[in-house]
Amino acid sequence: MPELPTNLKGFAHVYERAHINTDEIIPARYLNVHEEAELARHAMEDIDTTFVKRVQPGDVVIAGDNFGCGSSREHAVWALRGAGIKVVVAKSYARIFFRNAINNGFLAIECPEAMEIAKTGDEVVIDLAAGRLRNLTNGKEAGFVPLSDFARELIEDGGLLPHIQKKAKSAA
Amino acid sequence: MGMTITEKILAAHSGRDSVANGEIVNAKIDLIVAHDVTTPPAVQMLKKLGINKVFDPTKILVTPDHFVPNKDIKSAELAKQLREWREEQGITRYYEIGNHGICHAIAPEQGHVLPGMTVVCGDSHTTTMGALGTFASGIGSTDLAAALATGELWFKVPESMLFELKGSLPFGVYSKDIILYIISKIGVDGARYRAMEYCGDGLKNLTMEARFTITNMAIEAGGKSGIMPADEVAEAYVKARSSESYTIYNSDDDAVYSERFAINLDELEPIVALPDLPSNGRFIGEVAREKMDQVYIGSCTNGRIEDLRIAAQIFKGNKVAAGTRAIVVPATTEIWKTAMREGLLEIFADAGCVVSTATCGACLGGFMGVLGAEEKCLSTTNRNFVGRMGSPKSKVYLASPATAAATAITGTITDPREFLKSAAAKAA
Repeated sequence: MPELPTNLKGFAHVYERAHINTDEIIPARYLNVHEEAELARHAMEDIDTTFVKRVQPGDVVIAGDNFGCGSSREHAVWALRGAGIKVVVAKSYARIFFRNAINNGFLAIECPEAMEIAKTGDEVVIDLAAGRLRNLTNGKEAGFVPLSDFARELIEDGGLLPHIQKKAKSAA
Repeated sequence: MGMTITEKILAAHSGRDSVANGEIVNAKIDLIVAHDVTTPPAVQMLKKLGINKVFDPTKILVTPDHFVPNKDIKSAELAKQLREWREEQGITRYYEIGNHGICHAIAPEQGHVLPGMTVVCGDSHTTTMGALGTFASGIGSTDLAAALATGELWFKVPESMLFELKGSLPFGVYSKDIILYIISKIGVDGARYRAMEYCGDGLKNLTMEARFTITNMAIEAGGKSGIMPADEVAEAYVKARSSESYTIYNSDDDAVYSERFAINLDELEPIVALPDLPSNGRFIGEVAREKMDQVYIGSCTNGRIEDLRIAAQIFKGNKVAAGTRAIVVPATTEIWKTAMREGLLEIFADAGCVVSTATCGACLGGFMGVLGAEEKCLSTTNRNFVGRMGSPKSKVYLASPATAAATAITGTITDPREFLKSAAAKAA
């Protein structure tokens, strides 16, 4: 397998609440489109109207338990990615959101202690090879749950569809 | 070691004798259900990859449901893309406006869902269809694209939880109250990644329609699926709608469950889930009689004919309270027509309700009854998250159709048994 990135650096947006659902990440009133740039304008709108004004490319969302519960809309992943979010780090994930994330080759990291070591505005680094989240602002660190081999494979292939194509080619 | 229904279905669909919890299998899909919001992005992904043909058009069912009849120009484009795609692919199981319905209601109603199948749809309430002994799970658009192209999809074999329903429901208490009760006990992530399986004599007493309401809300506890063994009730439902053959899977006596629960239905009362989580269920006696601006009866959860009959029984001879709006949304065209023939639509109209055509509509804050800031709605739908039905400053309360109808008449949260008793006395 190729080497995992060790230096994903960005500023944290921390949402401590559990059960942040996909209706909050991208409200259904915007589901009449699916273009990432358009969805990005409304990312996190029903939980934090200031998010889209503050978010910068490469930033990281840090959240509590069961992140992305509710509707299966993949638009939630697209809205976050479109807004520039590189990685979501949550205490735990709802299953469809996690599935949608890795199917898109989008990093969803499970880190039970992330919220204890970072607050909004801190600069953090994600080291996938070491399985560590480092806070550059306060020097604190936390380990995260390593990705399963299957999830890692999907992410490295760039998502489920490229993964299937690669498998089909190697079988041919 | 014994296996659960879910494990047996996933094993049979991935060419295996057995499967273990946590392993990833590639399962063949028997039915893909496609609607207007999550399908167009999947189609776009396939086109980008140069994949112009679905794996098998006969295994796909298409119905527009979320934002139809088209709520705005952008939604019209989505419905148009869906329509053109199904035509180009030669998909014949298509339900156009006038025959349409909310996908999770119309697919079983029209006989497309059979015991032992694997069903996926780009929608979290796909779990509904598990009530027929089917493995049915919600997926995103990339999954949908993969399933449409290959007829297969990856699944992590879930652990199962077993819920034994005992006894029978008391007067005025319905299957919606059962599932709201269960979610209040285990929480919105209580079944995360797991299958919620049901059994017991209390299940046998429930009609198919009542059962769909329970499996529908598996996702509200984070479940991957909700599943019930296909018994005589399920078989009668299926045989009335389909002549196709099917396989019934039952869990072995020594199947392994990660948790077991027993629920005495006789002890239940009407439940209202307070904002902003479906797990905030309280027995109605503990709920303040707050004023409601709107009551909504419909959705894939509670828009079936039995739901409308119960609501009509309560509305008959009564009026919606001044200051409250009541909206009734039959889940499918067939249900709408049955309600018309039975005179239910007239009862609703006379009571002062608005009756809509089938749509997901305001359940997800789309249209046909979205809420303004500070407004409160008691709804028979499945989610009461922040902003779910409109303004992030509005509030949604979840309950059964009976509680919803009683609430519409008084304008405040009301125990339906007060009205059901007088309706029963009038009928006697």
